[in-house]
Parts: sequence; C-alpha cells; structure tokens
Amino acid sequence: MPEGTKKSVYSVCSMCTVRCPIEVEVENGAVRHIWGNPHLLGGHYLCPRGAAGKVFQNDTERLQHPMIRDGERGSGKWKKASWDEALDYIASNLKKIISKHGGESVVLGDRGGPFTDMQKAFIKALGSPNYFNHHGACSNSVHNAHNAMTGHRRNTVAYDWKNCDYCILYGRNILESIGTKEAKDFIDALERGMKFTHIDVRWNYTAAKADRFLMLKPGTDYALNLALINVIVKEKLYDAAFVERWVTGMKELVAFVEPYTPEWAEKETGIPAKQIVTIAHELAEAKPAVILYQGWMTAWTENDYYFRRSIYMLYALLGGYEAKGGLLFNKNETHTGRKPLRKLVDGVPKVNKKRFDGVGWKYKHLSPDYGLAQMLPYAILKEDPYPVKAFINYRFDPLSAFPDPEAFKKGLMKLDLLVTVDVNYSHTGWISDVILPEATYLERTDPAIAKGGPKPALWLRRQAVEPQYDSKPKWWIFKQLAERLGIGEYFPYNSAEELIEWQLKDIGFQLSDFDAKGYIELAKDQILWDRSDGLKFKTPSGKIEFVSSMLQDSGLPSFPPYESPKSPPKGHYRLLTGKIAIHTQGTTLNNLYLNELQPENTLWINTNEAKKLGIKTGDTVEVSSNGCVQTVKASVTDFIHPDAVYTLHGFGREIPQQTRAYKRGMRDNTLMGGLLTVAVGGNCPITDCFVRVKKAS
Amino acid sequence: MSEYYIYQDQKRCIGCRACELHCKTENDVRVGPSFGKIINVGPTVRGDVPRINFIFMPCFHCENPWCVSACPTGAMQKRSKDGIVFVDPSLCIGCKACITACPWGAPQWDKDTGKAIKCDYCKDRVDQGLEPACVTGCTTDALKWISPAKSSQVRRERFAKAITEEIPFP
Ligand code: SF4
Ligand code: SF4
Ligand code: SF4
Ligand code: SF4
Repeated sequence: MPEGTKKSVYSVCSMCTVRCPIEVEVENGAVRHIWGNPHLLGGHYLCPRGAAGKVFQNDTERLQHPMIRDGERGSGKWKKASWDEALDYIASNLKKIISKHGGESVVLGDRGGPFTDMQKAFIKALGSPNYFNHHGACSNSVHNAHNAMTGHRRNTVAYDWKNCDYCILYGRNILESIGTKEAKDFIDALERGMKFTHIDVRWNYTAAKADRFLMLKPGTDYALNLALINVIVKEKLYDAAFVERWVTGMKELVAFVEPYTPEWAEKETGIPAKQIVTIAHELAEAKPAVILYQGWMTAWTENDYYFRRSIYMLYALLGGYEAKGGLLFNKNETHTGRKPLRKLVDGVPKVNKKRFDGVGWKYKHLSPDYGLAQMLPYAILKEDPYPVKAFINYRFDPLSAFPDPEAFKKGLMKLDLLVTVDVNYSHTGWISDVILPEATYLERTDPAIAKGGPKPALWLRRQAVEPQYDSKPKWWIFKQLAERLGIGEYFPYNSAEELIEWQLKDIGFQLSDFDAKGYIELAKDQILWDRSDGLKFKTPSGKIEFVSSMLQDSGLPSFPPYESPKSPPKGHYRLLTGKIAIHTQGTTLNNLYLNELQPENTLWINTNEAKKLGIKTGDTVEVSSNGCVQTVKASVTDFIHPDAVYTLHGFGREIPQQTRAYKRGMRDNTLMGGLLTVAVGGNCPITDCFVRVKKAS
Repeated sequence: MSEYYIYQDQKRCIGCRACELHCKTENDVRVGPSFGKIINVGPTVRGDVPRINFIFMPCFHCENPWCVSACPTGAMQKRSKDGIVFVDPSLCIGCKACITACPWGAPQWDKDTGKAIKCDYCKDRVDQGLEPACVTGCTTDALKWISPAKSSQVRRERFAKAITEEIPFP
C-alpha cells in the first residue's frame, strides 16, 4: 500500500453514549482500524463496541437513503426518496401543523448528552419549549435528585478514581456496562489498592473483582443507605467541618434516620447488620477519598429518587465534594478565564410557553434539560395540556428504551407527523412517516463540544471517511430543514468547518487547533476549588440542601418515611435488566461482529426457583406479564437473588431489515406494562416489573 | 516459543472481549473463525466472592509447532527471524491437517477461500515496530506484549507484593 493513502483522524466514538475519544486509521479512503485516542486515554485502548464501529460503517443493513412511508403507519412499506423530496415533505407538514396548532405542538426528543445544541436550537426556533431526551427511561432520578439537593446534575461532577481509597457500587456493573476510560481507571484503582464493595441483586463480572460482594433483596438499596447514615451520624463519623460549612438540614436528617438501624436494615435488605456497620466504618476511615456510584440498573423503582438522594447525602457527610479521591466538580470554559464556546441555542429567542410534559409547572423539581418523554403518548392522546401533533425523533428510540412500547405506540400512531433521523433502523423509526439516514459518526463532522471536567477541554467529532450510501451529516440536515421552515438565520453556516469556526470565535481558537491531538486543552492542570470557601452549590442557599427548597416548591417531602419496595406477587419475579460490554442496548445488536459474539439474551433465574419450575439451563421459557409473553432460553445460576430474574436489555428486535438481530432473544420492555409513568424522580419505575416464568411447552 | 509472548494479567482483565474485536477488525476476519478468543473459566466461589477467569487464547507460536510439522505443503511456517508461525495462503491446499494437529485449536478455517487462517501476532504490525492489535486495543491494558522472561518477572513481582500486603485473590 503506498504510504500516501494512509491517514489517521482523531474523533469521538458514537457506538454508545459514553463517547470515547478515538483515533481512526484510514487507508485508501476506508476505515482500517478504530483505536482509542492515546492523547486522552494514555494508550490505544478501546472497548469492543468502539472497535466494531468499522463493520457498522460498511454494513448494508444500516439505513441507506431517505424513506417515506408507503402504506399504513408501521406497515413496513417504504418508498425510497430523494433528500429534497423527504425534506420538502417534512417541512410542508410541519408548516401546516404549526400554523394550526402553534410551535409548541412540535416536540423533539434525542438521546441526550453533549451533542444536543443543534437539536435544542432547532426546536426552540420553531417556537416550541418541548425538547426532551432519553433519561426518563434511565438516569432522570439521579440527575434530578442531585440537582434539587446541590444544583448540580449527575454529570457535572467527575469521579477521582486515581485517588479513591474506597468505593461502593450499587448495581453499577462498571466492568460490563463499560466506558473505555472508566473501566481502565477502575482497574488501575483496584491495582493501586482501592477497596471495593459491590452491592447487587446478582453476581456479575464487576462483583467478581470485589473485596466484598453483597447480594441484597431487590429494591432495598435505600434501606442499606439509611442504615449507613444512621451509623455515621450516631457515631459522629462524618466530616463535621464540611457539614457545618456546606450542609443545611442536618438536624432533620439526624431525626429522620433514627429508626433506621443496621438491625432494621438487615431485615429489609438481607445484609447482616454487622456488615453494614463495618461498611460505615470503612467509609468513615477512607473519607473523603470515597466513591459511591449513584446506583444504576437494579433500582429504578417508584421512589428510588430518595435512594439517589441518600447517596449524595452520604457524599456530603463524608466531605466527598471537591475532595481528592471523591467527587470533583467539572469546570467549564469560563473557569479558565475564557468566554464559552458559542452555542446555536443561545441565538434563538426565548420561548415562553409551558411544556407539554408538566416539567417546570406541574413538576417543579424536575429539569427541562431531560424532560419526561414518557408523557408524550398521553399528551398526544388527551391533547393535554395542548395538542401535540409532530415528533422529531433524533437518534432516539423510545419504543425500545421505554417500558410498555404498546402504550407509547398508541400515542405516536395519532401524530400528524413522525420523523426519525438515525443511522440505524429503530422500532420508532419503523412506525415513522419519514426516515432520514444520518451519516455515521465516522462519516460526519459534528459541532465542537465543551467537555467539562477538573481539566476542561474542547472535543471534536471529525469526519474520517466519505459517507457510504445516501446519508447526510446532522449539521446539513437541520440547516436544510431550517431553511425550508424560515428559521435558517439561526443556523449561520454553510459547512461544518464554518460552523466550528463560528463556535470557536469568542473562546479564541480555530479549527486547526484540534489537529495535533484531536482536542483542545483549556487547562494544564486540574482546577480545584477551595473546600472551605470556594464550592459552588447552585441551590437557593448556596449549600447542599438535605431539606430541599425545590422539593418544597413541588409540594414534596424531603424525608418521607421509608417504604419497602413492592414484593413480587406469589409466583412472580422482579424483572431486572442490564448490559454487557459487547452491546449498547438495541443499537448494536445487528452489528456483524457484536452479533456474532452475543446474538441473543437469556433469562437468569436462581437455581432453587428453577428447580421448583422444572427449568434447566438452555430450556426455552415463557416470561409473561400483563398478557404479554416473551420466549427466551434460561440460564440457571446460584448467583441471582431468588426474588429476581434478569436479562440483557434490548434484544428481540422486530425489524425484519435487521436480519441478524431479528427476533433473537426476548424484548424486555414489552413486559413492563403499566410502567410508562412518572416516578418521583422523573424516571419510569422500570424495575417495578413483575413477571411469571414457566417452561415453554 | 517465538521471541514474543502475550501475557494476560488476570487481575486486570474484565472479560470484555475488545481483544477479540480488535483482532477481527484488524485482520478482517469473517464471521465464524476467530484468531484470538476469550474463554471464561468460572464463576467459582473462592472466599466469599465468586471469581471468574477470562483466558485469552491466541496461537501460542510454539517452539516446535505441531501445525508446521503436520502441514504437507510448507504453507504453515515458522519465521526464522522471530519464530512467528503463519500461513502462506498461496501454498495452502486446505487439507486441515494443521487444525487437527494443534492441541489448542488455534488454526481456523476460512470457508470462503477454503484455506487455513490463523493468528500471526499481526506480523505486519510487529514488523513496523507496533504490537498486535489485541494487545494495543485491550480496554484495560490487561494484555502485555513481552518476552517470556519479562512475563515471569511480572508474575514474581506481583506474587511478592501479594504475600507482603496480603492482597486477597486473584
Ligand atoms: S465505551 Fe466503547 S462504544 Fe462507548 S463510546 Fe467508548 S469506545 Fe465507543
Ligand atoms: S497453531 Fe497451535 S501448534 Fe501451531 S504454533 Fe499455534 S498454538 Fe502452536
Ligand atoms: S490447511 Fe493449509 S496450512 Fe493447514 S496443514 Fe493444510 S496446507 Fe498446511
Ligand atoms: S480486551 Fe483486555 S480486558 Fe477485555 S477481555 Fe481482552 S484481555 Fe481482557
């Protein structure tokens, strides 16, 4: 191969929502290999999904050209369209809808994350307040809990794995549901001697590396935390100076946790009281160099919001904020003395209409940054608070992510316009009126993003190869639509390069500054705030509010009495879901190589329960709930709590075009009937799902 | 044994199989065969916690390779300069004798070409002074491209550290 045809492009992965920095090796215009960006990761490390981006790029089973529905919605009949046809179709329908029902009748949903500015600008420019993202099916309660208590979301703080001495993971399968850097940092920390307690309802690869693994009764993580707090306040093990300076509501907390002793928690969780006391002592000894990961997949219950709050309370008690080895605040461009990266959304006039989902008026403690996607079908069906007629679905798939897809679909079927922009077929795309194929992350340049952190930086996803098929980058798609809709002025660019130069103007950099390492460093060293005086909690009091003024505004108590999680009715199991390193929920199931390694999911069931039901590993079983039945193969194991069954999320794809993933394994969310609701934290209570299991006849 | 060795640090390995993926994409291996493969052993309860090992199985590039001896055409060869064992596809007649001969099932079958294929330690990369793709891409830096002597040293150091600090398994 002649040397001249090889190049290397720094960019940002998009195979999952961790978005790792990558180095794409390109040979003769094609992707040769995808590695981690060594300037940011310290080596070429990259997770399996990231590596498999190469075969995604070349896949003939991804979206190839614009398509307009050619039959009933959801019939799967499509006609190939040109970009002009598809964009004109969307624009003329949107115009009709907006003139009749107003801009607010259009909503836009995406996957969330740092690359959302353009979508937010677009929907705002249409005169709609209705941006929302995927977090209602995921981390809403975590974000909202932290936000109401400290004025910070989950991800405006970073974990200092490098210096952490003690860590507790609650159902956070950090070594299987992986991000490249986090997994490596975690392993480095273990090698350095960090002690680690894993709490979960089942064993997994993360548990396998723990110093202590405790299998607790599903949904009782909160009880465990209350007992930890009980011990810590009773024995005065907390960081008194930090609490004195930065916490309000300590008195109320002390009174509240009084009855929640380790003995009480033993009955609730199944974890011996002595162990709980030991953990509290270990936390106190290691403070403030502790990481308590904010729980994850195993506890999205009706009131897990209070569990998430308890985690952040523990941090506050242990003085873990802006502490070496604990939580570090993410700093942004302005903390380096610079102006921020320009955002499109800031150029669009404010919209003064209330949101369709109740956030900001009905739910004052929930953030409009995430919204409540789960309210969409109800708003459409009831036209409450007003008619919602069009949904622009950008790289998002509520029918795969949210519970009860039938209920969700019922609403979507009544829309006047449903548009999906994606790189892949999705269940939501399948019932859309128009599908616009976006160029993949290897084929497109996206707007630059500010990457907050103790060392803030600017990152860029940069085109490595020419688009395969008739796909287009995001900046082009939104610009084209905007022009057709008379809002082109808010998209002041004609190319990705122009857009990025525009973004970089105030902050004082140029596009070429990304060339050398793929990112722009904004600080040489970590920026750390003074723990006695310099912390910035964005609450009314400027402190960590155990008694939350935001909750008060919503008429919600800060310390409601503990309620046990619902127990599975007789003959039922709590269905829990999770992830592995090989797959990103539904989006990679059809990837040639990833599918080869893990083509379907199985149902984990406890050995004793399986015996009662006459089920052996490999047997086909029927899993049912609310009249919905899924069949799947069983994996019988000692290492799951008898009350629970578990499966990998996202399988059982129902799109025939995805031949490798089609109908392989079970589709978990179809079993979650009745759970398309708003729990206290703004999440769907997806783990309050109870199923029957029997051997298939 | 070739001059090189892929040492896998079980303490660091998380069973993510990025090594397999980097191998497949680097060598454009079709669905079916795999050059380097992770085999799970466990979980088994040791102490209080169930532990698991993920054993990485590439070709071991043996000192006296069974596969090379079995090959009737000389397609399966051992590089004299560094001992890497590889297939010359132009000489391979697809008789599969190498597949039978290797005690570890390392040689693979490419049904499209009707020839044997196998892990060659990404010799083109090695010749450029790089490391094999599995080693380079491994998520947690669990795979090390080292000489056999060095690997022994790593293990001894770890063991010495473990018995002095009483670090529990593994
Ligand atoms: S974790 Fe893997 S798939 Fe996700 S962004 Fe990083 S490399 Fe890509
Ligand atoms: S293929 Fe088998 S016998 Fe041949 S060198 Fe590799 S491990 Fe040894
Ligand atoms: S399959 Fe090819 S490489 Fe293997 S023994 Fe036969 S000729 Fe040799
Ligand atoms: S990539 Fe590394 S950590 Fe992952 S399975 Fe392979 S050797 Fe283990």
